Amino acid sequence: MNRSRYVFGGAAPVARRATPPEYLEQDEAGPVLLLGKNTPVRHLLKAAAVVLCTALATTGAQAQATGDLGLVVERASGSLLVVDQSERARIGRIEGLGDLSHASLVYSPDERFAYVFGRDGGLTKVDILERQIVARVMQAGNSIGGAISDDGRYVAVSNYQPGGVRVFDADTLEMVADIPTGSKTIGLVDIPGTRFVFSLWDAGETWIADLSGDAPQVTKITGMGKNPYDALVTGDGRTYIAGLFGEDHLTALDLWQENPAPQPILPGYAGGREGLPVYKMPHLEGWALAGTDFVLPAMGQHEVLWVDARSLQETGRTAVHGQPVFAMARPDGRQVWVNFAHPLNDTIQVIDTLTKQVIHQFKPGPGVLHMEFTPRGHEVWLSVRDAGRVMVYDTETFEKLREIEAKNPSGIFFTARAHKTGL
Amino acid sequence: MNKAALILALIAAPALAEPDATALERLVKQDCGSCHGLTLKGGLGPNITPETLAHYQVEGLAAVILDGVPGTPMPPWRPLLTADDAAWIAEYLLNGDHE
Repeated sequence: MNRSRYVFGGAAPVARRATPPEYLEQDEAGPVLLLGKNTPVRHLLKAAAVVLCTALATTGAQAQATGDLGLVVERASGSLLVVDQSERARIGRIEGLGDLSHASLVYSPDERFAYVFGRDGGLTKVDILERQIVARVMQAGNSIGGAISDDGRYVAVSNYQPGGVRVFDADTLEMVADIPTGSKTIGLVDIPGTRFVFSLWDAGETWIADLSGDAPQVTKITGMGKNPYDALVTGDGRTYIAGLFGEDHLTALDLWQENPAPQPILPGYAGGREGLPVYKMPHLEGWALAGTDFVLPAMGQHEVLWVDARSLQETGRTAVHGQPVFAMARPDGRQVWVNFAHPLNDTIQVIDTLTKQVIHQFKPGPGVLHMEFTPRGHEVWLSVRDAGRVMVYDTETFEKLREIEAKNPSGIFFTARAHKTGL
Repeated sequence: MNKAALILALIAAPALAEPDATALERLVKQDCGSCHGLTLKGGLGPNITPETLAHYQVEGLAAVILDGVPGTPMPPWRPLLTADDAAWIAEYLLNGDHE
C-alpha cells in the first residue's frame, strides 16, 4: 500500500525533501511464518497460516508507525489534523471534539493515542492510526490543560469551572480521583513517581498529588505568590517555575527537596516600569531551558528574561518586539523562538542563546499562535491562524519549506512529546 | 504629502472611524476569546455571555473594554480600539445574537 495516496496536505509546497521516503510493497511485507519441514500437521496448518499471514500483514509494513506523526488543533471547528512531520503533510482529520479554543493534548507512551483537553471541559481520547475518537467524557464545565502520568496510567485535567483537578484512567477515561481546590487551577504537569503538580490561581498555592498509592496523597505548598497564571517543569522533573500575574517576579520550587520551599526568581524584574497591557497571557512549558539558562517571557514588559538554571540568578534580558507569548528553545537549546500577543501576533523573532541577541525576525502571517519543533530541531512548524495555514521552516536557513492548509490552526503537537516529562 | 495622497487620506479617515463589524467580530471571538473562551463562556477571564452581562449598559461595558479592570488581567483596549469600536463590541456582547 502506498501511503502517499493518503497524503492530501501541502497547499503550497515550496520545497521538496531531497530523498523521497520508500515504503515496502505489500508482497515484501508479510511476516515469515516458519513451519518445520517434518511437521506432520504442516498441511493442516498451511491454510491457517495463509489466513494468519493476511491478518498479520496489516500489522506489518502496511501499518504506519507514529514516531514522526503529530496533531494540529483546528480550534474553531473542533477537529484535529493528523500530520506527518517527515513528509511535511497532513494525512487525515479527526472530527467531533467540541470547543477546542485553547486546547492542548498529551500522548500515550506508545504514541498511538492522544488525550485532548478542550476548553469546554471535554476530555477526548483519539486513536491517531484509526483517526477516530475512542472515548470522550465531559468532565467539567471549563478546563485549561492536562498531563499524563509517567507510567501512562492516568490522565489529569486542570479545571477553571469548577476549579480543581480530576484524574482519569488512561484506558477507559473513568474518573479515579477528584481533587477540588476551591480555585482555578493552572500549570498542571507530570513528574516522576506517578505524581502531578499544579497551581491555584486564586490561592497562590502549588499542590503535588501523588497517585502511586490507592488514594491520592496531596502535598500543599503555600506562599507561591499572587495569581500564578501558568507553570513549567524541567525535563528532569526537578524545577517547577510558576509565572505570576499579580507579582513582579516568578516563583521556583526544587521538587527534589523533601519539603520544597517557594523561591522568588527575577525579583522586581519590571523595576517600577509601567506594566504594558497584556492582550494574551504568556505560556510556560518545559522548553524554557536553553543551554544552561532558562528563558522566560516577561509579563507586561516586551522582554524575555534569562536565568541560570542552577542558581536561578538573572543572566540577562533581551528586548523583543511585543508581549512574548511563547519563548521556546529549539530542542538543542541553541536558539529561542518567540511569538507575541495581539496585535503583534504576525511576527516571530529568533534569539541566539550564546549572545542573547535577536538574529532573525519575520512575519509568517496573521495570528501566529503556536510553534512546534521537530524532535531534533531541524525544522519548526508554525500555526498561522488567520491565514488558515501551518507553515514549516528550516531553523538554520529560516527558509519556508511548506505550507499546509488547516482551519484556524492553533496548537501543534508532535508525538515525541510522549517521552518528555512535563509536556 | 502630495495633493492626491492628502485627498485620499481625507476620504479614508471617516471610513476608518466606522467600526468594521467583520474585524471586530473576529477580535471578540479570537482575541477576547483567548481569555474568555471562543464561545465567551469563560476561561481565565469570566463568562461574558449576555446573561452574565445583563446588569451592564452599553456605555458601562464599553468603558470596561476601553479602560480594563485594574488589578485583574483585563487589559485596557484603548490603545487598539476607538470609543465607537468599544461601543459596537459592548452592544454585540449584550445583544448576543451570535454563537
